[in-house]
Amino acid sequence: MINPYVALLMSAALCSLVAIIMVFASRIIGPQNPSETKLEVFEAGNPPVGTLRGMRFPIKFYLVAILFIVFDIEVVFMYPWAVIFRDLGWFGLAEMGVFVGILTVGLAYVWRVGALAWE
Amino acid sequence: MVLFWILAVLTIAGALTTVLHRNPVYSALALVFTLFQVAIIFLALDAFLVAFLQVIVYAGAIVVLFLFVIMLLAVEPEEPLAGQLPLRISAGILCLLLVIELATLSTLPGISNMAEPMPEGFGQTAAVARQLFSAYMLPFELTSVLLLVAVVGAVVMARRKAS
Amino acid sequence: MEVIFTLVKVIVAFVIMLQMVLVLLWVERKGSALIQDRVGANRANIFGGLLPFNLGIVNTFMADPLKGFHKEDIVPADADKFLHWLAPIVGIIPLFLTFAVVPFGDVLILGDYTINLQAAETGVGILLILAMVSMGVYGVVLGGWASNSRYSMLGGVRGTAQMISYEVSMGLAIVAVVLTYGTLDMQEIARAQGELMWGVIPAWGVFYQPLALVILFIAGMAESKRAPFDLPEAESELVAGFYTEYSGSKQLVFMMADFVEIAIVAALVTTFFFGGWQVPYLYQDGFQFPGGWQVYVPSLLVTLMQIVAFLLKLFFFCWVQILVRWSLPRVRYDQLMDLGWKRLLPLGLANVVITAILILALQGFTV
Repeated sequence: MINPYVALLMSAALCSLVAIIMVFASRIIGPQNPSETKLEVFEAGNPPVGTLRGMRFPIKFYLVAILFIVFDIEVVFMYPWAVIFRDLGWFGLAEMGVFVGILTVGLAYVWRVGALAWE
Repeated sequence: MVLFWILAVLTIAGALTTVLHRNPVYSALALVFTLFQVAIIFLALDAFLVAFLQVIVYAGAIVVLFLFVIMLLAVEPEEPLAGQLPLRISAGILCLLLVIELATLSTLPGISNMAEPMPEGFGQTAAVARQLFSAYMLPFELTSVLLLVAVVGAVVMARRKAS
Repeated sequence: MEVIFTLVKVIVAFVIMLQMVLVLLWVERKGSALIQDRVGANRANIFGGLLPFNLGIVNTFMADPLKGFHKEDIVPADADKFLHWLAPIVGIIPLFLTFAVVPFGDVLILGDYTINLQAAETGVGILLILAMVSMGVYGVVLGGWASNSRYSMLGGVRGTAQMISYEVSMGLAIVAVVLTYGTLDMQEIARAQGELMWGVIPAWGVFYQPLALVILFIAGMAESKRAPFDLPEAESELVAGFYTEYSGSKQLVFMMADFVEIAIVAALVTTFFFGGWQVPYLYQDGFQFPGGWQVYVPSLLVTLMQIVAFLLKLFFFCWVQILVRWSLPRVRYDQLMDLGWKRLLPLGLANVVITAILILALQGFTV
């Protein structure tokens, strides 16, 4: 019996190969005529304003990322629970209920406080 | 065995790049690479569930957060400060000592023959789940409190900056 | 021998996905034209019309990718060259890889060998899919960053925020499915839908988890940044968003990623809710209709029918997504985040809890 992860490795190798060939295809078979205008960044005809490094990003993106991590971890805990759920019975439900409940309190807090509002 | 050595070398290479590279974005990407190698090592050790969870949570969420922060703050590639050389040398020596210590300890007779054949179903989702929700229930519930603290803390700090 | 079978399965799964992408490209073009009451692309010719026949559809299949590959690959002057080509690669490899665990048939019986028609038979296919969807974010964020352009950067960060917001809801919908079937293996889930409810209706997932279907579909479309959630592309606003500065084949790869994600969402919906490769009443040795009527069908033909059924269902759900794209107006960014965090997420959680309670309460009842 073949280790199933060998199949996964084969798949990964095939996908990587095709992806790399595709990405470099136009460098290989396409023309290469760099010119000043072409190398400029696109800004609808105006010269680029300011540098990228000076951009200040709204902090809400950071909040979204943190919330995502927390809820991703929550979902990730739910997977093993879901697999043996039937064996765990009501006790398992209560366990996960406490877990989800605490995190729902967190979600409710974030919602109330308005951190989800200006997205 | 060969697989392990290849993975080990790749992991260390990734980790070194993470720590040593000037450009923080490249460091974050090297971190993703390192995490992937660790996940594959987990696979080789039959810990299937943990391997995938490693990718989903660590490489797929936490490093994304890192990248957001790096890009949010527009962190510049760092220039080495003057006068850092003595510090760097001592740091290097300490690391080397740590490596030698770990290598010696792990080949001592008491530790290196501690490995036993794994119980049936080790690493499978069901087995891990059973342990998690019975023996390790308290850490599991405490994790939720920890996550709650993280959420509230992040929101409080972010809003203070904004207002 | 086993190795060869595995290799063939891997290639077949990959080819299924790739041809889906090509077909979708054409369907998108012609379908959107139909919906918008115009003709669409019909000028693709071989050798400028020298040949006496026109291959029709095939021209457009080949023309778009070939044209894309032959364009010049321009990298803006200040851009990060390494990241510029890394972003499309990192963006698309995880998406390609998900099809390794999608079951496209039951078993193929060739003499002594019983081949399970799933490329990589891990027991935890669902986890792999989630992992790959998580990794798909990197294509967007790196693409936006690498171009060193404000538009791209903005598009990249917004796109990433959108993707991660809906990943949680997707995960929750899938948790509900896992609860129902008790396994993380997609082939087993497909098999479990072969039973009959009350002896008549095939036990497809849509009957057990309708809410999860809706959540998965919406979250999947938002995750793949398809309209009505296509703000990061925002064709009329940010030019092309995070892939503004990409040309030639790299741009093609980003667009392909779009279609591959459509195929992934369609594959998930098919396998979890509509029986995957299951044909109602068809078993390994033939049809067995309720009421006792039986039709014998040879095993190879059964397998063929199952594969065709899978492809048809896959195509159907891709078609639905294309329909939705060309029918609904674009959603505003705050509405989008609203939907993700304030509606789908609580709904997903409630669905999981209710499903869990129902499963425990109904234990002992068989449906």
